[in-house]
Amino acid sequence: MQHIISILLENEAGALSRVAGLFSARGYNIESLTVAPTEDASLSRMTLVTRGSDTVVEQITKQLNKLVEVVKLVDLTEGQHIERELLLVKVEATADTRAQIRDLAEIFHGRIVDVGETTCTVELTGMGEKLDAFLQTLRSTNIVEVVRSGVSGIARGRKALRT
Amino acid sequence: MELTGAEIVVRCLEDEGTEMIFGYPGGSSLHIYDALYKQEKVRHILVRHEQAATHAADGYARSTGRTGVVLVTSGPGVTNTVTGIATAYMDSIPMVVISGQVPTQLIGDDAFQEVDAVGITRPCVKHNFLVTDVRDLALTIKKAFFIAASGRPGPVLVDVPKDVTAEKCHYVYPDTIKIRSYQPVRRGHPKQVKRAVDLLLQARRPVIYAGGGIILSDASDELTELVERLNYPCTNTLMGLGGFPASKSQYIGMLGMHGTYEANMVMHECDVMLCVGARFDDRITGDIHKFSPYAKIIHVDIDPSSISKNVAAHIPVVGPAKAILGDMIGFIKSSDRKPDTEAIATWWGQIAQWQAVKCLEFDRNSDKIKPQSVIEMLWQKTGGDAYVCSDVGQHQMWTAQYYHFDKPRHWINSGGLGTMGFGLPSAMGVQLAHPDQQVLCITSDASIMMCIQELSTCMQYRLPVKIFSLNNRYMGMVRQWQEFFYDRRYSNSYLDALPDFVKLAESFGHVGLTVDQPADLEGVIQSALAEKERAVFVDIVTDQTENVYPMIAAGCGHHEMQLRPAAQGQVVEGREIA
Ligand SMILES: Cc1ncc(C[n+]2csc(CCOP(=O)(O)OP(=O)(O)O)c2C)c(N)n1
Repeated sequence: MQHIISILLENEAGALSRVAGLFSARGYNIESLTVAPTEDASLSRMTLVTRGSDTVVEQITKQLNKLVEVVKLVDLTEGQHIERELLLVKVEATADTRAQIRDLAEIFHGRIVDVGETTCTVELTGMGEKLDAFLQTLRSTNIVEVVRSGVSGIARGRKALRT
Repeated sequence: MELTGAEIVVRCLEDEGTEMIFGYPGGSSLHIYDALYKQEKVRHILVRHEQAATHAADGYARSTGRTGVVLVTSGPGVTNTVTGIATAYMDSIPMVVISGQVPTQLIGDDAFQEVDAVGITRPCVKHNFLVTDVRDLALTIKKAFFIAASGRPGPVLVDVPKDVTAEKCHYVYPDTIKIRSYQPVRRGHPKQVKRAVDLLLQARRPVIYAGGGIILSDASDELTELVERLNYPCTNTLMGLGGFPASKSQYIGMLGMHGTYEANMVMHECDVMLCVGARFDDRITGDIHKFSPYAKIIHVDIDPSSISKNVAAHIPVVGPAKAILGDMIGFIKSSDRKPDTEAIATWWGQIAQWQAVKCLEFDRNSDKIKPQSVIEMLWQKTGGDAYVCSDVGQHQMWTAQYYHFDKPRHWINSGGLGTMGFGLPSAMGVQLAHPDQQVLCITSDASIMMCIQELSTCMQYRLPVKIFSLNNRYMGMVRQWQEFFYDRRYSNSYLDALPDFVKLAESFGHVGLTVDQPADLEGVIQSALAEKERAVFVDIVTDQTENVYPMIAAGCGHHEMQLRPAAQGQVVEGREIA
């Protein structure tokens, strides 16, 4: 099963490589990884998507907790949560086909954020499946480039991961 | 007062109470060496190779419980420490390694003697730091000592660029420290401890399986009290030897690949297992699918990630062994339930049958020196009281089997990483920590060559280490596996061109002795042990064909041990008892 692990860690040089090194050394897989500073500049927030049996994921969270720089973590998939991913996709488009792409994007609540002579770029956020579905509908057009941010997530309700 | 970074390093060591450090100088650490020169509180032990510095600090730490400290230079200095750091990491030994680094403005430029020390050591340290500002130096060293020694101990590296050791700042060494992201557990959860005791007291075929955590946590007294109070059988892992005294009647020997038949049978047949400070390593469990099929498992460990990693625990208890065993004894005393003495007596009856196999017997009438007899004699002649450091191979297993440790911190070996070359330098660290005690290094012809240069360090510091080399002209353990599993194709395991060890020892200024007749063994051992001032190298020519028995081969369970050839067919089944 897929798990979304949200981690608060010290915003220090090398913390990211410790997490990445742990996954490669122990043979765990990382499907996506996002990291950015938080409102408290001394902390970073990392969202990590991994896949594995319950025992493997239990080990992953224990091993992560063991890293000295990890302050706290939560497996968001254990409770109700919101997950979002950002997609930027650049497709070939002429003046004739642009309207069609815009209509498609609107159905998915995306929008065109850049237009060139022969291309246009759509921005879309949502769950991974929604982004997949959108990319499916673009199959007939020529996709030039796809950029996905990886998943970010947050628990529903009052629950929060903070120090 | 303002101090330079180099002076701060030395002052931190002083304030940390470090009496000695092990190291080797070089360009990036010269400021620190200069600061060392100008003081007298911290003693520096100059080794002959940085790997030996880490093993010596490691031996010092294992035998005292205090943190071992290493000082090396950048580049090759720090890469040479990697084996020793990994050795300490695998066995959870508290160690602080301070490495010089090229000046901060050169980092990343492939400067002379630059390596990414933090990157190279990351997978084999508990934590590491690069200090880029002299104002962070004292606090970082404080953190390093705190992290190394607390929780599940381990090595911590502090990489200090040369310019940082030259810059000045005001020095304060914090008394205490709190790290929000690192808070080791100090006690077990009382509810879990109580559940564990309830289960333990219901056992009909119990076993207590205790590992290196007992030693690290100084929990031998508590373990001994618990085992004696319950009268349950107790087995120690390779790392736990001495954690429970071998001379007590409840002791059933070491378990695992070369453990005793009785310990492994008990592991297989038990209905309740209390595992304390051990981690179900593959050398302990044998084939994991055949592991202890009837057991309910209580696992006490300070590291949550050790619990249910290889074997699922029914009752996990996270915390230090000492505190938890103490609490368990408390609950047992106040509990209405008592151990089922009748069932336990039946269980001991069964165990006696397994013990009757005498799995550690060996040929005592051979005309060649049997390696087992050497260890047995050393055990007798030292009254079981020596510090025994070992290298890696057959001799290590024989030492574990035939030197019956009664005290913790006396058996010093690389269990987790299995590092050949560990023996001699670790013995130096132990001897420096215990100048008046008998310190043995049990080694063999291949292992000893891996850090042989340290004979020079032994001379410089007049360390009267007693080196007993079980010379079988082979990498014995490799030869044994090739005999068993590769149809006797002894690929690259014969040691051609061995030196004359007696002359070699003498050339370093030590006493060299050799013996090849069983009848002469006792005399040679006695004269070696009688030497109080000088190191002695005893080259013992042993039976080349001897193998370590009993043995659990790959794919086998505890109940499928292979006994020595003369005893095969003696296996006693155990299932009929309930
Ligand atoms: C540094 C290192 N290299 C290789 C090995 C693999 N290895 C394990 S035991 C062994 C043979 C050891 O031979 P020796 O020191 O002569 O001891 P004996 O088995 O003969 O007692 C080897 C090569 C190791 N443990 N460590």
